[in-house]
Amino acid sequence: MIELFQYDFMRNALLAALLASIACGIIGVYVVVKRIVFISGGIAHAAFGGIGVGYYLGIEPLLGVVPFSIAAALSMGMVGRRTRIPEDTAIGILWAMGMALGVIFIGLTPGYAPDLFGYLFGSLLAVPTADLFLMLSLDGAIILIVLAYYHDFQAISFDEEYATALGLPSERLYLLLLCLIALTVVLLIRVVGVILVIALLTIPAALSKRFTRRLSGMMLMSSALCALFTTGGLWLSYAFDLPSGATIVLFSGSVFLLTSLVHRAR
Amino acid sequence: MPQGDEIVTLENVWLQFDGVPVLEDINLIIYQHDFLGIIGPNGGGKTTLLKVILGLLEPTWGTILVFGLPPARGRRYVGYVPQFSLFDREFPITVWEVVLMGRVGHMKRFTRYSDKDARLASDALETVEMLEFRDTQIGRLSGGQQQRVFIARALVTEPKLLLLDEPMASVDAPMQTELYELFERLRERMAIVMVSHDISAVSIYVDKMACLNRKLFYHGTKELVPEELEATYQCPINLIAHGVPHRVLREHD
Repeated sequence: MIELFQYDFMRNALLAALLASIACGIIGVYVVVKRIVFISGGIAHAAFGGIGVGYYLGIEPLLGVVPFSIAAALSMGMVGRRTRIPEDTAIGILWAMGMALGVIFIGLTPGYAPDLFGYLFGSLLAVPTADLFLMLSLDGAIILIVLAYYHDFQAISFDEEYATALGLPSERLYLLLLCLIALTVVLLIRVVGVILVIALLTIPAALSKRFTRRLSGMMLMSSALCALFTTGGLWLSYAFDLPSGATIVLFSGSVFLLTSLVHRAR
Repeated sequence: MPQGDEIVTLENVWLQFDGVPVLEDINLIIYQHDFLGIIGPNGGGKTTLLKVILGLLEPTWGTILVFGLPPARGRRYVGYVPQFSLFDREFPITVWEVVLMGRVGHMKRFTRYSDKDARLASDALETVEMLEFRDTQIGRLSGGQQQRVFIARALVTEPKLLLLDEPMASVDAPMQTELYELFERLRERMAIVMVSHDISAVSIYVDKMACLNRKLFYHGTKELVPEELEATYQCPINLIAHGVPHRVLREHD
């Protein structure tokens, strides 16, 4: 095991997994308790449009995802809330449009798109060091915003209408939360890819919900679980020579199902 | 009993959803010392009326003043206990945190709850006799206990008016009596408006009664006119006056 860390790619893979786990644990808690899994899945998939834009502009694709996924999050949130289109319909439409835009931009880009598969399904073993700095700063931004808005987010997650009656700008807080989900998606793309992001935004948080009675505790536990799943999945993928992103998802999903069964059996 | 100043006024308030009227031409004045019961059938617009007063719903026409302000600003003086909500019983939050949530509108960024917030929360929990459960997860309490916690959450906003939406739903009979005794104590500090579909329970405790089924029938007293009650419930109703005035029963077939 130790000799693995002599390789730069392995060290980067582990650091990326840990950095992603911080944001994933914190924001996944809101995704689960506020029951916004569907819109989070929509944001994650629509983020693929940003990868296409990145290729087209010839910049680092992850940098293209940051503005694109935030735009997707805001438009899903606002179309869902402010128009007469039902929220889930709006999410479904924008979800597909985001991905379609990505395909169009990649089609418009001359030559072929290297590493495309990695953005779709994760590429932990090919994380450039520059990405680690991007992930670190996104973690910092997410932690800072959650520290500032912890009680507000708690209130809108528990009962959004009541939060409005208390004088909180609930809709703006909700949109801010969606933006944080968009940033977390960026962090998770290297780990499991846009298609599988939703697994890590739900499984660790849903597991820790059973064992905690405070949101803060749930966040700590779910970050720890996320780190366990990503590093454990990475090791399994290395040991059995399997694709890392899919192995991480199946590993965490299996643990979730097994604990659910044990939980029920009691 | 002196009724004090006007604190909430609704003038010719109409509210429509997709062209369907939910509230029709509501005129209502709530005074400083009122304990008002608003009864009416389910779907009659009771919850809607409370949400209009709280500024959560905009009326289609008409004017509303809450403590002389538009509802969205005046609501800071209003405590609200929503209808027994279907919140997630597994939500990881303690009783203490739920009550403190009432203070969240008064906080500054990056701060923790202040000593004043904590004192208000512990006083409110004391008032509703739930202080010993402060570290319990909210979903582990019974319906009546949860209702008390939600009342405490409304009390920490230091309201001058308390709006209660079906506070007796999912509360068993002995606990209902205790809750009414609690409201009797609270009314010395604030006006209370309680909406309910259960006439008999409400009428014993309140000073004033109104009927709401899209239209509001209200005379500023506890008297209900039988014809208006029938118009509200759209079925024959007998008013029986015993020691308890105006216990209202539905006619049996």
